[in-house]
Amino acid sequence: MSQTSHGIGGLSYDAKKRPWPAEFNVFLALVILVGAFELIGRVFLGDSFLFNTRENVAGIFNEQRLQIIILQVSIVGIIAIGVTQVIICGGIDLSSGSIVGATAMIAMSFAQVATVNGNPNPKAMFIAYGWTDLPVIVPLLVAVGCGLLAGLINGSLIAYTRIPPFIATLGMMVTARGIAKWWSKGQPISFPTDSFAAIGKGLMPVIIFISLAILFQLILSYTRYGKHCYAIGSNEDAARMSGIKIANHKVLVYVIAGILASIAAVVLSSKNLTAQAGMGVMYELDAIAMAVIGGVSLSGGRGSIIGTVIGSLIFGVIISGFTFLRLDAYYQEMVKGVIIVGAVVLDQWRQRRRAIGA
Amino acid sequence: MSDIVLKTENLTKHYGGVHALQEANFELRKGEHVAIMGDNGAGKSTFVRQITGVEQRTDGKIWFDGKEVNFAGPIEAREAGIETVFQNLALADDLDVPSNLFLGREKVLFNLGPFSILDRKAMRKATEAALIRTAVKIPNLSSTIRHMSGGQRQCVAIARTATFASKLIIMDEPTAALGVQETAQVENIIRTLKENGEPLILISHNMRQVFDLVDRIVVFRRGRIVANLRKQDTDGNDIVAYITGAKTGQAELQAA
Repeated sequence: MSQTSHGIGGLSYDAKKRPWPAEFNVFLALVILVGAFELIGRVFLGDSFLFNTRENVAGIFNEQRLQIIILQVSIVGIIAIGVTQVIICGGIDLSSGSIVGATAMIAMSFAQVATVNGNPNPKAMFIAYGWTDLPVIVPLLVAVGCGLLAGLINGSLIAYTRIPPFIATLGMMVTARGIAKWWSKGQPISFPTDSFAAIGKGLMPVIIFISLAILFQLILSYTRYGKHCYAIGSNEDAARMSGIKIANHKVLVYVIAGILASIAAVVLSSKNLTAQAGMGVMYELDAIAMAVIGGVSLSGGRGSIIGTVIGSLIFGVIISGFTFLRLDAYYQEMVKGVIIVGAVVLDQWRQRRRAIGA
Repeated sequence: MSDIVLKTENLTKHYGGVHALQEANFELRKGEHVAIMGDNGAGKSTFVRQITGVEQRTDGKIWFDGKEVNFAGPIEAREAGIETVFQNLALADDLDVPSNLFLGREKVLFNLGPFSILDRKAMRKATEAALIRTAVKIPNLSSTIRHMSGGQRQCVAIARTATFASKLIIMDEPTAALGVQETAQVENIIRTLKENGEPLILISHNMRQVFDLVDRIVVFRRGRIVANLRKQDTDGNDIVAYITGAKTGQAELQAA
């Protein structure tokens, strides 16, 4: 029995005919995009985008390419997990890229070896205090502390001074970038310990990204925190009247976003074996874009981590696809911009269509 | 005294120089349904806001459930057992029915602070029970409020009050934005509440609705209670006279 009585006005209601989850559309877009690159590749290059065409390598798929697709979006993806929660909650976080820069610099300076090629490490800022060759937990805790502090400031500003998230996090974006440059007077910091360098080695960024994505998807779906994120994002007044402590929740959301940005900083600086003040520039916008492409509504209340992960894969496929087609990197950015705007237009259009009941 | 659910004495609220509510004396007994009527700005909503703790009164006393109360906020009022259906529907559009019913007081499996694991099955079951109790028909509990009609939304908001062991339900113009059929549905829910013996304060502009549903009508005018009449002792014209000020009977007040 698919037709149920509506109860009101005698309207009938088809319980089976429910709107597709937004994630499904995003996934479809990913499939179409991969298909398009595959087709263009076959026709114009005589090569496959997705499948393995080399005879000396085993496997059906071009595993190397698949790894690169996900590896190159993993670090921004970690940030996007936090940004997704912020946006679902009705906010925005422009500071994550700068938090990456500042955290990378600060954490890296606590992860320095004592000697390089038999000489004292020239980059170790705290060598005078003997703070070298510290166990890996120290830079990790320092990093998490940085992210927590930045998130705490963001969240408190937004929750208690009631300034718009755009402004609060814009301030943090500029300030944190300043801290990143000031920390070592603009000098890059290299020579991390082996244990710190292991964090971002090989496919570790992907493993960290996916693990965090799963963890936070579960948290969003099954915990009170997740429920309140959606509630605040869809109707803040209703949430307040229902007794949800809005201020506390917002602080928590921005703290989580800050910590995730700091984790991304650790992974990035570990992978690159260096920290630079310019690290993470524009990451905040890429992270927001991944979320938006993944179906997270900028007006809050809707979206999921799964969507954002698929959104990040779309990002990865575009970058890899353009490299595969041997097109200039300039085109990537242009197309990325078009896709971001397109995703929001599609979302709006979907909303309107749903509203008129089509 | 024991069967009085809510009592206010000289309840007064001033907004600066504006005397929005003056010396309101009000009583509600167990199982009683009372309507509050009056023109816009007569003090109806102000009265409700003082009772529900949304605002702090300037003067006066409130007794609820046998005790004198001073609610610091709406949450405290709700915890004490006063459930309010707000004019602007305090629902989250992107959540489904059970999530809205339990918004802010979710049932949890494990308590881990903010990361407490939700007991979704129990909430769904309790939602179904509440919908049956209030005779609200919602075809699909898992669809979000966004996809529902105004009437269904209002029904969800009302069902929410019935989900918890509330001692008093206040509805602020629950059918103001609804169509005929939807209004009928909401009115049926109110009748169900009456049968269940749940006391109710109904703010409404709809004369027919008020005479259909409630036992007693209290009229506000210019911040004061100008009439407190049992339904059988009055009629529409009488009420309108009080609302517009054509009749200003302080004498009748004592009678009721």
